[in-house]
Amino acid sequence: MNKVVPNVEEACKGIESGMTLMLGGFGLCGIPENSIAQLVKMGVNDLTCISNNAGVDDFGLGLLLQGKQIKKMISSYVGENDEFERQMLSGELEVDLIPQGSLAERCRAGGAGIPAFFTPAGFGTEVAEGKEVREFNGKPHILESALTADFAIVKAWKGDTEGNLVFKATARNFNPMMAMAGKITIAEVEELVPAGELDPNFIHTPGIFVQRIFKGEKFEKRIEQRTVRPKN
Amino acid sequence: MALDKNGIAQRIAQDLRDGWYVNLGIGIPTLVANYIPEGIEVEFQSENGILGMGPFPFEGEEDADLINAGKQTITAMPGAVYFDSATSFAMIRGQHVQLTVLGAMEVADNGDIANWKIPGRMVKGMGGAMDLVASADNIIVAMMHTNKKGESKLLSKCSLPLTGVGCVKKVVTNLAVLEITSDGFKLIERAPGVSVEEIQNATAGRLVVEGEIPEMKLN
Repeated sequence: MNKVVPNVEEACKGIESGMTLMLGGFGLCGIPENSIAQLVKMGVNDLTCISNNAGVDDFGLGLLLQGKQIKKMISSYVGENDEFERQMLSGELEVDLIPQGSLAERCRAGGAGIPAFFTPAGFGTEVAEGKEVREFNGKPHILESALTADFAIVKAWKGDTEGNLVFKATARNFNPMMAMAGKITIAEVEELVPAGELDPNFIHTPGIFVQRIFKGEKFEKRIEQRTVRPKN
Repeated sequence: MALDKNGIAQRIAQDLRDGWYVNLGIGIPTLVANYIPEGIEVEFQSENGILGMGPFPFEGEEDADLINAGKQTITAMPGAVYFDSATSFAMIRGQHVQLTVLGAMEVADNGDIANWKIPGRMVKGMGGAMDLVASADNIIVAMMHTNKKGESKLLSKCSLPLTGVGCVKKVVTNLAVLEITSDGFKLIERAPGVSVEEIQNATAGRLVVEGEIPEMKLN
């Protein structure tokens, strides 16, 4: 089944103000940068964004924050972004911070038809407030519910016309789970190849989870913390 | 003399055991990788999705797609593997990782830890810390004994929002190695030249001192 759309404009068609979006990536690594730029252009607002991080001030989801397009963020770590911190502390932006492993599993559960699950993460902390607690093997766990989204937007290294995806290195992160949890999943890829070219043994995300795929025009791939060691 | 950050990392590295998978947090814990004892093989897991994390890349060889949980550019060792975030936390929650080393703002003498939020002032989020501390069998906290104002970070009760309850097993600071027991912080070792009295003065929580306390042995 051919999932290819010609460009980012077609890929993002149907995204409207007030929707819930999932956006893959960890920090600035593996984020769908072409689609984020398109969301800025479209000017949609009141968005609920589910993403591990909120970008930096002038890149990634930071761009949507600058335009006040986001109403609520569901994330695990939001440091490195001053505008985010300002909007959160002033109450303009609603923020739901959840443990990273719970966030990943909630997305996976959403895509896998599991409505909720118990995890030990967050027991006895603010995160557990209002959540059911149950003991398993003598240890308290809290009930976490699945997450889904109107659109999930992911970024992969290679993809084929069927929507099968291969990720590179640690740019994989949240992308596979979010691809599963979107009612419509958009994948932007660096290389788009014909069906049959990717080895089926080495595909990370099966195309069944992807509804639209396109080749991103440009990937800046900004590095957040450039750390090196000297050459001897 | 009190240890510096590298000294704390060096002392923690002595606790590494052959064959362990280890998750190192941001800050002092990251430095532990520089002091792996000879003859010991460990593999480092970073929760954003790599097992077999190597050192920082040489200049010019950075790859934006290859970072650690601190968003720093890294390399992969031979035999390394990449995976998604759900798999990563399956390793952590499922207790396949033998040791977690992380930093803290406060630790209480019952093993509670706080390291993700200062209400009204700083909210960065917990990242993977809550999953790590809730599940790891073996958690070592690496931190300075006191904060910038000179106040103890080893308390009878945490004042900041908690990251986890009753989970810390051991604390290594610039002054001491302490184990969490039902009676509070048990003093195990002193930093070279640091007296028991200095440690007592810098510890606000219950401190158990039994017999002679040896000095840490660092190279």
